[in-house]
Amino acid sequence: MSEQPETVQPVADELTRSQQSHLDRLEAESIYIMREAVAESERPVMLYSVGKDSAVMVHLASKAFAPSRLPFPLLHVDTTWKFRAMYELRNAMAERLGVELLVHQNPECVRLGINPFTHGSQVHTDMWKTQGLKQALDKYGFDLAFGGARRDEEKSRAKERVFSVRSAQHRWDPKRQRPELWSVYNVRTTMGETIRAFPLSNWTELDIWQYIRREQIPIVPLYFAAERPVVERNGTLIMVDDDRMPLEPGEEPMLKKVRFRTLGCYPLTGAVESEADTLTAIVQEMLLATTSERQGRVIDHDAAASMEAKKQEGYF
Amino acid sequence: MATDQAMIAEDIERYLELQENKGLLRFITCGSVDDGKSTLIGRLLYESHLVFEDQMAALESDSKRFGTQGADLDLALLVDGLAAEREQGITIDVAYRFFSTDVRKFIVADTPGHEQYTRNMVTGASTADVAVILVDARKGIMTQTRRHSFLVSLLGIRKVALAINKVDLVGYSQDVVQAIEDDYRSFATEIGLDEVVAIPLSALVGDNVTERSPHMQWYNGPTLMGYLETVAVDTDHARPGSLRLPVQWVNRPDHTFRGFSGQVARGAVVVGQQVRVLPGHSVSTITSVLGPSGELTRAVAGQPVTVTLADEVDVSRGDVLSSVDEPAEVADQFEATLVWMAEEELLPERQYLLKLGTKVVGAAVTRIKHKVNVNTLEHVSATTLELNDIGVCNVALDQPVAFDRYEENRDMGGFILIDRLTGNTVGAGMIRFALRRSTNVQWQSLEVTKSARAELKGQRPCVVWFTGLSGAGKSTIANLLEKRLHADGRHTTLLDGDNVRHGLNRDLGFTDADRVENVRRVAEVAHLMVETGLIVLVSFISPFQEERAMARELVEPGEFCEVFVDTPLVVAEERDVKGLYRKARRGELVNFTGIDSPYQPPESPEVHIDTTLVSPEDAAELIVVRLREMGILGR
Repeated sequence: MSEQPETVQPVADELTRSQQSHLDRLEAESIYIMREAVAESERPVMLYSVGKDSAVMVHLASKAFAPSRLPFPLLHVDTTWKFRAMYELRNAMAERLGVELLVHQNPECVRLGINPFTHGSQVHTDMWKTQGLKQALDKYGFDLAFGGARRDEEKSRAKERVFSVRSAQHRWDPKRQRPELWSVYNVRTTMGETIRAFPLSNWTELDIWQYIRREQIPIVPLYFAAERPVVERNGTLIMVDDDRMPLEPGEEPMLKKVRFRTLGCYPLTGAVESEADTLTAIVQEMLLATTSERQGRVIDHDAAASMEAKKQEGYF
Repeated sequence: MATDQAMIAEDIERYLELQENKGLLRFITCGSVDDGKSTLIGRLLYESHLVFEDQMAALESDSKRFGTQGADLDLALLVDGLAAEREQGITIDVAYRFFSTDVRKFIVADTPGHEQYTRNMVTGASTADVAVILVDARKGIMTQTRRHSFLVSLLGIRKVALAINKVDLVGYSQDVVQAIEDDYRSFATEIGLDEVVAIPLSALVGDNVTERSPHMQWYNGPTLMGYLETVAVDTDHARPGSLRLPVQWVNRPDHTFRGFSGQVARGAVVVGQQVRVLPGHSVSTITSVLGPSGELTRAVAGQPVTVTLADEVDVSRGDVLSSVDEPAEVADQFEATLVWMAEEELLPERQYLLKLGTKVVGAAVTRIKHKVNVNTLEHVSATTLELNDIGVCNVALDQPVAFDRYEENRDMGGFILIDRLTGNTVGAGMIRFALRRSTNVQWQSLEVTKSARAELKGQRPCVVWFTGLSGAGKSTIANLLEKRLHADGRHTTLLDGDNVRHGLNRDLGFTDADRVENVRRVAEVAHLMVETGLIVLVSFISPFQEERAMARELVEPGEFCEVFVDTPLVVAEERDVKGLYRKARRGELVNFTGIDSPYQPPESPEVHIDTTLVSPEDAAELIVVRLREMGILGR
């Protein structure tokens, strides 16, 4: 978490709500959401994907409940195909925070050896992530799960509530969304329903980076540019993170200075060529960028409304 | 240009320093599909460079497929979200959009304009600081403009930008714009919108959105973006004198620390300050204030804190730490403006849950004074509220809460109503004022108490609540239990579903609403009888968990014994003592529990009887054993 010392910050006498910076207001809102969720649920959990949004979410949670420890475990729905650097940071982070880390791997996927190369990205994502998540939530009986989704990521996210109800089968029904007014959040559920809570709803990608920079939050080094072995497939640079990746005839990994704007399963995550090896350089590159961050995700390139369909099925 | 590309390229450090301290503005856009609202938001996103190349490519392909602008880009498609909406070409929900300039970050609530979407507009307006109300320059002020303005005013927004759109289509005429502005101002003042700035613009072409229009030399005001970047929105004063800190969570890492976490809703909290814990009356002193980045001496409205107090006073979630000099009001009845948001109509006297700040209490609407015609603003008498209706109502709570009038503070005066059965948010309310009655009418204090009455009978009173499907065997077991207790010299009574429905509840049917009321009345009767010192046996299907929980809450802890008479549907249907299942299966009975009306089994009843394994006699014995364990019957 933050290496920042706990300092006394004097607040100017006349500081009022609209004079607080946008990062302070986003931070305050996220903390409020987390406290409401914990106070009104029986068994909350925080989904932890090891990405930058998760890092921010966990950092905010440690602020929300200080001096107590996080009053919920972290859950990593693992696919066994994440970058090695992600597993390293995940384990280090859980140890430093002294928080309970649950790792769930869909046993059926383990048995069948589901992977993106032989089964394709859709089957891989659905079975490891969507089905895996549902299994884990049912297994531990969580009634509320925090997720790091942001409304600016994708059009159907723009309409999702901060507190979003899922049926006992984990389905999202966009027509049955509850009105959400002021900061009065409805956390009630009946008959096996569960809640997804999104404390980062109103953050943008730029906010996330600015906050990571301001708070010095540790993130996976893959976000920073470095020489890495990659191959180019269908115009996307894929990093050869381990020897499970089958190379096509004539394919030779080449060293390129690349970084990642989002992180997921390494065979499904495109790298971008970049020189940005500091947080400041990343933000600078982002501000001057001409493509949106989800472009690096192979999963979004399907039909226009693919995310909406996935979410109705129970994808986070 | 909305962001300073040159500074980003040359002096990123300095740029980021400036960016970290920029402010945040939330606004709502109102207007119908034809007014060009989506186009305007699309233009704001486009002009602030938030549309990336891949999104532009998608936009180009979408424009050809769904667009309404011929060969041109249809910017509206940038903001139309859900697939169903794209097909219908309308926006049916609230969507939130984000963009930022070098001065501010913006969160836009994009809501539909039709009357049937009043609830969505109210939702969007509830968090907005400012409203942008669009009118079509060719049409001027329309009925819907008035409706939107009324809703904006109702939700407490005072700053309005009147965006007079499509001025290119009226030849950039100053006369047309002036006439619309005059027309609007006379109406706006009436409903309390007195800070209106009229801006003539064209979202389609881009005039006066971010760049000043070369076609309107006569216009001296700001561009829309200029207005949004500079409008001042602060109404709160950060005085300790007006402190309100609703407690969200009691923070107890170990026995050495007991803190109260929450967001300051109003005023300021300062170390050393005296506070009153509402709705109770205890007073203590703030000893420390922990902010998100460490200890503070002072925190103001909008900041999350965890505070500690000097004394061991009783504080729990939902309480409000309030200044001593100007404390929040406390009442259990108030008048409120209510916006109904559910398909099922509001039922006066029905028990809902009310959430105000961090407090959840039981509530009922006791009277609808009138509803408001949102188009004409006329008051109309009403006995119920339907979806999208707005009414002024009396609301009664099952316990007092701390609040401020909505117009003084949104966080302390805005509440939602939640349906106990479905958990859905069915209404939103804004408190106008406390009803004097509630502070003046005290509970009649009675000198002969429950325990005195019970003592005379030599017993401890309680409710034994039997729940289960029709024909499960509830009445049989209840009857055996009562005979047994009676023989032991206990004073008992038995409330049976069928019997009560012949008398007290004969006006009720079997819809969900009626079932709720049926159980509510019986729970109240059981409560009164417990007060008289009786052991009350209740034998009711009582299918819904919420109502059983409500019955439990009416009596004191340890006085409620829930007995789940568990008979599988097939078994009950096979027994079919009263022939009701056969009727229901033939369709002669509707809303029959287990057939076409749900039964929610108890999660943790005091006694769980599986009638396929246990005889009625043994079941009665099991209950007696449990009542002994609960200390209700002597050993």
